[in-house]
Amino acid sequence: MKKLLFVLVILALALTACGGAPAEEAPAEEAPATAEMFKVAVIMPSSITDLAFSQSMYDALLAIQEEMGGEEAMEIVYSEGMFVVDDAAAAIRDYATEGYDLVIAHGSQYGSSLQEIAPDFPETSFAWGTTLNTFSEEGITNVFAYEADSQEGGYVNGVIAASLSEAGVIGVVGPIEAGDASLYVKGFVAGAEATNPDVTVNVNWIGSFSDVALASEAANTHVAAGADVLTGTAQMVVGAVGVAEENGVLWFGTQSSQTSLAPDIVVANQVYDWTVALDEMITLIGEGTYGGTAYTITLENGGIVMDYNSAYDLPEDVKAAADAAVEGIIDGSIVIPVE
Amino acid sequence: MMSPELIIVGVLSSTIRLATPYLYAAIGETFGQRSGVLNLGVDGQMLIGAFAAFYIAFTTGNLWLGVLAAVIVGALMGLAMAFVSVNLQAEQGISGIGFYLFGLGMSELLFKMLLGTVETVKGFPDLEIPFLSDIPYIGEIFFQHNIMVYGAFLLVPIAWFIFNKTTLGLKIRSVGENPEAADSLGVSVARVRYFTIILAGILSGVAGASMSIALLNVFQQNMTSGLGFIAVALVYFGAWRAFGVLAGALLFSFVNSLQLWMQVLNIPISTELAIMLPYILTIVVLVLTVSKVRPPSALTKPFDRGD
Repeated sequence: MKKLLFVLVILALALTACGGAPAEEAPAEEAPATAEMFKVAVIMPSSITDLAFSQSMYDALLAIQEEMGGEEAMEIVYSEGMFVVDDAAAAIRDYATEGYDLVIAHGSQYGSSLQEIAPDFPETSFAWGTTLNTFSEEGITNVFAYEADSQEGGYVNGVIAASLSEAGVIGVVGPIEAGDASLYVKGFVAGAEATNPDVTVNVNWIGSFSDVALASEAANTHVAAGADVLTGTAQMVVGAVGVAEENGVLWFGTQSSQTSLAPDIVVANQVYDWTVALDEMITLIGEGTYGGTAYTITLENGGIVMDYNSAYDLPEDVKAAADAAVEGIIDGSIVIPVE
Repeated sequence: MMSPELIIVGVLSSTIRLATPYLYAAIGETFGQRSGVLNLGVDGQMLIGAFAAFYIAFTTGNLWLGVLAAVIVGALMGLAMAFVSVNLQAEQGISGIGFYLFGLGMSELLFKMLLGTVETVKGFPDLEIPFLSDIPYIGEIFFQHNIMVYGAFLLVPIAWFIFNKTTLGLKIRSVGENPEAADSLGVSVARVRYFTIILAGILSGVAGASMSIALLNVFQQNMTSGLGFIAVALVYFGAWRAFGVLAGALLFSFVNSLQLWMQVLNIPISTELAIMLPYILTIVVLVLTVSKVRPPSALTKPFDRGD
């Protein structure tokens, strides 16, 4: 009896693995591994379709694959839903062992694993985001780093949000006050306050990247507190977007376009386009340099793109203010305090 | 500055919404535990239920069919759990974790295969109860929610009634306290446990549905985020009584919505501490109360008739 149970548990575990873990690889057919074929593996904390952080990377990889000449020229495999760091570390090591040219650890939580694994595979290039730390100080030469100046799009979103808010109250739903999310929120608040000094921006950190229910209740709280414009960052905001739609308040997205979730109320999104950074990494790898450079995507280098919902009728003067903010950030006349 | 009335109404109506999935799941778990079976697979059952409800509602446009789908998959998960714990007499903690992982993985797999990306549905609308919803404050707090919220709260007195006023409840309790005695009096321990575990599965499935098609109206991988484990804790917290579970669910949700408001009101308390509050408070109350009550004697103990 005990044995049968054990088998059942193992079966269940195996099924779990199929659902979210490394076993799942996009192109199942083994393409002939020619010398020119560039092989990329990426490990992500959430799903490739999360309309947020993970999707921004996957979309960029697809774009690069297209650029390089399709599936024959570049192979992409991914492990998604790797919220357990130990599992992610195992996946990183597996991909490196299998001879992938570039292994991307798409999550700041994977850093210490990478620091341990990278020196064992000097011929493999690794990339870690979002951070600027390539471990060069630790003598590691095969790690690239990348991050987004998410405060820039945050600022622009903030400018538009404050211009459109009639109540003068704006709500922000954030995950954990760190990294990318923290930058975005600082930028958003700065943009809103620069546009309307009297605006109140209420910020709520819910302490989780996955708690959709609490994110949604945080949005309810903002609405009850009088907010008529909301924004939020990370993959658990999908619940909050629903609350915004139900209450007819506006929503501003970041990381990926969230317009499809609520086409009536999403005004604009800050969209990450990592291709800028990835292109340069791949060029360097081709030249035999496996790491050591940190990339920041910005409005200026085209890695951060403002994406407007064409179905939302944005007043011309507001659009002009947003464009002016973009220009100001690029030419340096607007400095966003992030410390 | 916001008026205190507005804040109180906001905190309390949030509490009611947040408590809803906990109530379905924890009341279901109470049935299982009162009959002597610990089901740690609640979170997995919720995820499967949440996905089934969402997918069916999304494809057919019929929310009630979605609820039905959650009931069916919840019942199937319960049936499997019952087979493992009653017939195979498996160690319940371990097999429950197995079911959790199965539900987590399976719901992700189905989500990817059938939906591929985050979609939305128009969930159950708020249903204002005539007259009651017009009462100042009280109406807004209690009587302007969707039907699945009312269902969760109605479940509490129903469960209380079943446990305390029906033969079925007596059988469930006797099977959980002293299965040998119940068996010698002609009560089928296996049948009662099958019934409670399947019911627990159904209610966990409905708990998931209350999230995906009534409160949040989206499905996202791992969207329960461990909520099912809190539901199991709430059963201990509530001392295996329906109204105890209600009190636990309300307290936990109240503190959670309070911390959301504290941040909005800029009350100077660190965010990290605010987020921990509901958990800390739950543990403190648990420690203070649980030592006074005894769990069902046969909890986690498989029953072997010896024939």
